[in-house]
Amino acid sequence: MEVQQNDNILEQVTTSDYKYGFYTDIENDMAPPGLNEDIVRFISAKKEEPEWMLEFRLKAFRHWQNLSEPGWAHIQYPKINYQDIIYYAAPKKKSLASLDEVDPELLDTFNKLGISLEEQKMLSGVAVDAVIDSVSVKTTFQDTLAKHGIIFCSFSEAVREHPELVKKYMGSVVPYTDNYFAALNSAVFSDGSFCFIPAGVRCPLELSTYFRINAANTGQFERTLIVAESGSYVSYMEGCTAPQRDENQLHAAIVEIVAMDHAEVKYSTVQNWYPGDKEGKGGVYNFVTKRGLCKGRSSKISWTQVETGSSITWKYPSCVLMGDNSVGEFYSVAVTNNFQQADTGTKMIHIGKNTRSTVISKGISAGRSNNAYRGLVKILPGAVNARNFSQCDSLLLGDQCGAHTFPYIEAKNETSIVEHEATTSKISEDQLFYCNQRGIDTEKAIGLIVNGYAKEVLNKLPMEFAVEAQKLLAITLEGSVG
Amino acid sequence: MLLNIKNLHVEIDGKEIIKGLNLGVNQGEVHAIMGPNGTGKSTLAAAITGREGYEITAGEIWFKGTNIVDMEPDERANLGIFLSFQYPVEIPGVSMTNFMRTAINAKREYQGLPPVPAGEFLKMMEEKKNLVEIHSKLTNRSVNEGFSGGEKKRNEIFQMAMLEPSLAILDETDSGLDIDALKVVAKGVNQLKSGENAFVIITHYQRLLDYIVPDFVHVLFDGKIVKTGGKNLALELEAKGYEWIKEQHLFEA
Repeated sequence: MEVQQNDNILEQVTTSDYKYGFYTDIENDMAPPGLNEDIVRFISAKKEEPEWMLEFRLKAFRHWQNLSEPGWAHIQYPKINYQDIIYYAAPKKKSLASLDEVDPELLDTFNKLGISLEEQKMLSGVAVDAVIDSVSVKTTFQDTLAKHGIIFCSFSEAVREHPELVKKYMGSVVPYTDNYFAALNSAVFSDGSFCFIPAGVRCPLELSTYFRINAANTGQFERTLIVAESGSYVSYMEGCTAPQRDENQLHAAIVEIVAMDHAEVKYSTVQNWYPGDKEGKGGVYNFVTKRGLCKGRSSKISWTQVETGSSITWKYPSCVLMGDNSVGEFYSVAVTNNFQQADTGTKMIHIGKNTRSTVISKGISAGRSNNAYRGLVKILPGAVNARNFSQCDSLLLGDQCGAHTFPYIEAKNETSIVEHEATTSKISEDQLFYCNQRGIDTEKAIGLIVNGYAKEVLNKLPMEFAVEAQKLLAITLEGSVG
Repeated sequence: MLLNIKNLHVEIDGKEIIKGLNLGVNQGEVHAIMGPNGTGKSTLAAAITGREGYEITAGEIWFKGTNIVDMEPDERANLGIFLSFQYPVEIPGVSMTNFMRTAINAKREYQGLPPVPAGEFLKMMEEKKNLVEIHSKLTNRSVNEGFSGGEKKRNEIFQMAMLEPSLAILDETDSGLDIDALKVVAKGVNQLKSGENAFVIITHYQRLLDYIVPDFVHVLFDGKIVKTGGKNLALELEAKGYEWIKEQHLFEA
């Protein structure tokens, strides 16, 4: 039922004609389908952006027009008609009156994940009373952060309130010329988050709970910028373990991180967008560009991701290790089931001396899905004594799914050491029967085995999300072994 | 009767391995099943526990008053059947503690009980570890991963102690054990023995039966129990080998 609903909404959103005339009425909440310079101007005007921001968008748009969609990833999908998509829609009003109107299947998943009632309402789009805990929580957070001089706000707010910072760093890690989807995002991004940690400040909060409360309705073209000044530290959690209702099929986000001398940024993602139904119909295309720049000496950026959702995932959270002694890490669990496709991995670009990177990737494929690890380790001539260790493991459930590994290694400095390990394994009948014989049913057993397999990565997640992520893995693979 | 197997026939890939087996086990009894290799001893254990690929083509397995032949393996386990595996598998990344807690809670859920409180569970772990003289660190490691042969077998008995089954089947638990490990395993079993539960000990050799004394010894040959006796039958087999049984059986057939 949920699937049908989603399809209907998608169809409505993508095929409906714009009824009210567009150029005359800027008060409308939705742009007509299609993309041209006027739409870009419309978005910018809607957001009351300054001229420089519009210029950035227009440059990106003009560049995008000259690009063609990349075709190298190990994914297949029907051609996207970019002129069918609506690029601006004002955040939807909460439309459901109570949880009774929400798809019971969705509620079931919420309960399995142990999500609180208030949050269930928020995530499923139920109107919540004006006075709720989250409002006070939000204020408390903002007070605490302000005390430390930390800026954490929506991207739009940052453009208004901190234009000098946005101008300085936006596009400095992922320029709009980077790739097709980055150009698209730069032209039409809806909103996102901005985070600035001043020198020497250790962010006292996991920037996760806050984000979770504020993440709803950021739109399909999200943009995040994190700047960590010298000696600062922040742990940032993106996304939500609960399945979010989402009406957008194409997601093209950008995340940029800059870390100065001795700064450390931990970025964790749990991605659980709608994966499509069991026949492979529907689902989100998640085409994301994430990159961190270790600009300063001894800076460190860690990416941890648990990817279980989306019908197609195309993302390579990367680290550019520019500062001497800087460290890049990538820990990933990507699960695909039914007809899902994932082409994900990382790029570790070693530029500075004594730079180190670690890549741990755990792919889990079930159903008829395809799961590819694609990773680049590049050691430039100046990267004396650079070190990389990569480990890519694939776990197969059943015999109709695929696991692929595409490691690229380019080492241009003789003092560097690059190690790559890869394994492919299956959950054996013996393991399942062993669990069954101890009273554990097959679904729980798969959850247990898969979580054991992914433990190395799950351990890197912030505590409060690790537990939910574990449950999520089990839920994603439900019904994958008959 | 706790377990009552009637005229059981079991096939693997269309080949009949168990050919009309009857066995009755009461609470408080220890049964030994002996026999040469390839006569169906492990197949019998697999059929009772419901392993996939072991097709029951005829017959019944009654356990606690229910014919369990169509029951899922996990349900049979939760009903109180435990198998100590001949070759326990490794489950990387899953700690013994987590595994045991999952198993105990699955059983409790089946019985309509809430999950076991953490404190109670840990206390129970300590208690049962002592029973089988398991090294404390073993339970922090992943299930059977990197365990020696002896450690794996002791770990099986440890799990049995934790789950407190009504019927425990020990499939060649003595194979690959040195005499000290064998004594530890036997001690564990003897301490768990009560008037409420029963043991079926599948073994090729008599030596385990020096330490766990059976009430009945059955000889399995060609998919059937061809001889049943007391504990002395095991000694007789040890002395005379299986040849005379084969001859006798073939002669009768």
